Amino acid sequence: MSTPLYEQVSVGDDLPAIAKPPLTRATLALFAGASADHNPVHIDIDAARDAGLPDVIGHGMLTMAYVAQVLTGWVPPSAIRSYSVRFVAPTRIGNALTCTGAVVAKDLGPDGAVRIALQAVDQFGDVKVRGEAEVLLARRDTI
Amino acid sequence: MPIEVEKGRIRQFAAAIAESNPIYFDEAAARAAGHPTILAPPTFAFTLSILHPQAIDFKSMGLELARILHAEQRFTYGVPIYAGDVIRVRARISDTYEKKGGALDFVHMMTFGRNQRDQPVFEMMGLIACRRRNLP
Repeated sequence: MSTPLYEQVSVGDDLPAIAKPPLTRATLALFAGASADHNPVHIDIDAARDAGLPDVIGHGMLTMAYVAQVLTGWVPPSAIRSYSVRFVAPTRIGNALTCTGAVVAKDLGPDGAVRIALQAVDQFGDVKVRGEAEVLLARRDTI
Repeated sequence: MPIEVEKGRIRQFAAAIAESNPIYFDEAAARAAGHPTILAPPTFAFTLSILHPQAIDFKSMGLELARILHAEQRFTYGVPIYAGDVIRVRARISDTYEKKGGALDFVHMMTFGRNQRDQPVFEMMGLIACRRRNLP
């Protein structure tokens, strides 16, 4: 992976997109264990139905972790200064998420920070997550 | 009580989010990328806030776990979190309010993490919404 320099990046540039395989119950069970988020609404269909949902829903933090890979596929993780999302709609079993990002602002300060807009959409084009990150890029004259 | 970041937990987390970057799995790859050891992926701090022994207890606030929806999440990063780090987590509820005539309860939380060298590793803002059970 070659990390882009601040000067090489323009507003409007797309980051390489990431496509994830369809969510399965196994995906959610593994993420529940690994992340320590044991909320039954993600892993127990009885609990989901009791809470008024037709089926389990995906962890928002799993989608947020997927979307972060758009950033870390582009720059090293240590370059990310901040990262935020709004969970627009819950993910469902079978949802295949595509995560995308684009440069939306430069000149945030003297240090080479750029702002990235991010989102995750399912196979129907429905937006699940919208996000934003501030990423620090090296300037040509500092390397 | 601080939390030790176990190498196995980082690897398990990275595998569960379908990561393939070797810096989260392999010591040699992490060192080749300039790190002392394997590091945690960007959203791992959220897991530390759950493992934290004084994690925010939604049940004791009268919120039903299965009815909680994650509304917003924000991370601001300090130095990376590495395997073997010992992280001190502080969490506080910064606001609570209701919407839609009491159908939804919102909880706004701030969480801070510092490593064993007292360097800030993350600051998190979380917003959750809990749907109240429908009245019969």
